[in-house]
Amino acid sequence: MIDAWESFWSIYSTVVFGVGVNAMLALSIYLTLSCGLLSLANAAFMGIGAYAAALITMQTALPFPVALAAAGIFPALVALVIGIPTLRLSGVYLAMATLGFGEVVRVIILNLHFTGGPMGINGIPQKTEFWHILVLLLLTLYVLARLRRSKVGRAFEAIRADDVAARLMGINVARTKLLAFVMGAVIAGVAGGLNAHYTFTIGPGNYAFENAVDILTMAVFGGTSNLIGPTLGATILTLLPEVLRQFKDFRLAFNGLILIVVILYLPKGIWDPRRVRGWIQSRIQSRSPRRRSKVH
Amino acid sequence: MLAQQFINALSLGSVYALFALGFTLVFGVLGVINLSHGAIFMLGSYVALVLVEKLAMPLPLALLATMLVTGCIGALVDFLVLRPLRKRQAPHLSPMIASIGVAIMLTNLAQGLFGAENKRFPLGTIPEQSITFGELNVTAVQIGIVGIAFALMLVLLVVMRRTQLGRALRAIAESPKAAALLGIHVEQLFLLTSFAAAALGGVAGVLVGLSFNAISPFMGQPMLHKGIAVIILGGMGDIRGALIGGLFLGFAEVMSVAYLSSDFRDAVAFGLLFLILLVRPSGMFGTVLERKA
Repeated sequence: MIDAWESFWSIYSTVVFGVGVNAMLALSIYLTLSCGLLSLANAAFMGIGAYAAALITMQTALPFPVALAAAGIFPALVALVIGIPTLRLSGVYLAMATLGFGEVVRVIILNLHFTGGPMGINGIPQKTEFWHILVLLLLTLYVLARLRRSKVGRAFEAIRADDVAARLMGINVARTKLLAFVMGAVIAGVAGGLNAHYTFTIGPGNYAFENAVDILTMAVFGGTSNLIGPTLGATILTLLPEVLRQFKDFRLAFNGLILIVVILYLPKGIWDPRRVRGWIQSRIQSRSPRRRSKVH
Repeated sequence: MLAQQFINALSLGSVYALFALGFTLVFGVLGVINLSHGAIFMLGSYVALVLVEKLAMPLPLALLATMLVTGCIGALVDFLVLRPLRKRQAPHLSPMIASIGVAIMLTNLAQGLFGAENKRFPLGTIPEQSITFGELNVTAVQIGIVGIAFALMLVLLVVMRRTQLGRALRAIAESPKAAALLGIHVEQLFLLTSFAAAALGGVAGVLVGLSFNAISPFMGQPMLHKGIAVIILGGMGDIRGALIGGLFLGFAEVMSVAYLSSDFRDAVAFGLLFLILLVRPSGMFGTVLERKA
């Protein structure tokens, strides 16, 4: 039994780690979406966090928690600087500007010397343990859950619904948006730091357009109306390629197909609270016919 | 030297413009950011390759046939994916993400069918003549690219500005509901727009395949990035903007490689984009309708 577990873990631990990290990334974009910002910079923030953490671990003797803290702080500083001018944009324009920012970050990392250029950084010590990811993911979920019911969370919701009305209600829209943007960057950066310390190697190509789109896809696939959606979406989309292994060369095609089908038939993502509640109720009703007769 | 760079930039820029034209057309009329346009572009290259290699078609005929094939793929994507989303009035993120799914599928299918490695056109397909003016060297492919790109753009501009069809399309771009009330067959025109956009994307794919003579399943993605940059530079949904934005990007890239450094070539597009968005969020020519309270 123990042996079976160990062989499973040695094969699939990376996948399990990936689920946790991707869930954090999906939550980071959920946060900006909940404030009505379609920002696609999260892959770049993840990259900045990953590089910061990996460089600290390899070049200094500082302990791992410091590296992880840096993975949160550096992207936050960058987000603060670029957020002030960028967040004036809205909708599609913001998405494009943040994509542009992501591409600029990629090319800068590609051309710097201390980042290892196109080769990236290799031989990063394996420091991420399963419980690190679990604790940080749970912490993220806890903070976001508390945030939803706080004054700031309600301000996010108001801005998402209508930012002109939110401003009239006395919400400092620019500052609130910046807060959401920076918090998203912190979560993505920490996820990047964790990711760098179990993948052994990172490169500029890991944080490009495709990854930004992947992160968005996980959140929307799962549903962005609450915290369960992005977590579930990240879990399913991380596991999907493993499940589709039998399709070999065409497994990504199935991946794409599943994405289309979900968007077409489950408009609010997989986890749509109203539909899930309806489904549970219908199950309860069909099990207890007496209650149904009472209703009618 | 400068004149030579000018020619190179013109041909690169017209490919960008041609690609961005279909992209901007779909955004302008359907209001959708169609991220599968890069995959359609890539398929265009492969379709032309198959037609030339397996069916021994002459190049001009293959070009036309490719337009037809990629156009049909585009229309099919519209019919199967975008139309159901329109029917449901899904939020604007949904079609974009669905189109990512389409792009993943098409790229993976191409990779499965043709292999991941670079393919080339068979020897002798690509005209090798070139004209030399003093030190200036212009290849037949470059002339073809610029000629075809500008001809197609002109046709599109005239159709949009001068014909009843163009008027209908512009009415839809303004408001699909109002256009439907005026008796315009909105759904048919959406289908037609998707067809035309994908046909343009396919042609751009063939032209790029010819000028670099390297076709791979992954050529669509970088082009898509450039296309995004171009339509932002030129203003989203604006046809003239796509033309000018494409040429501008071509020039900026070629000149930065020639006179600065090749390392930052890919950063040029997005660096420019980033700057322009900060100064003029509506692009160089576009206008943004902003709601004032």
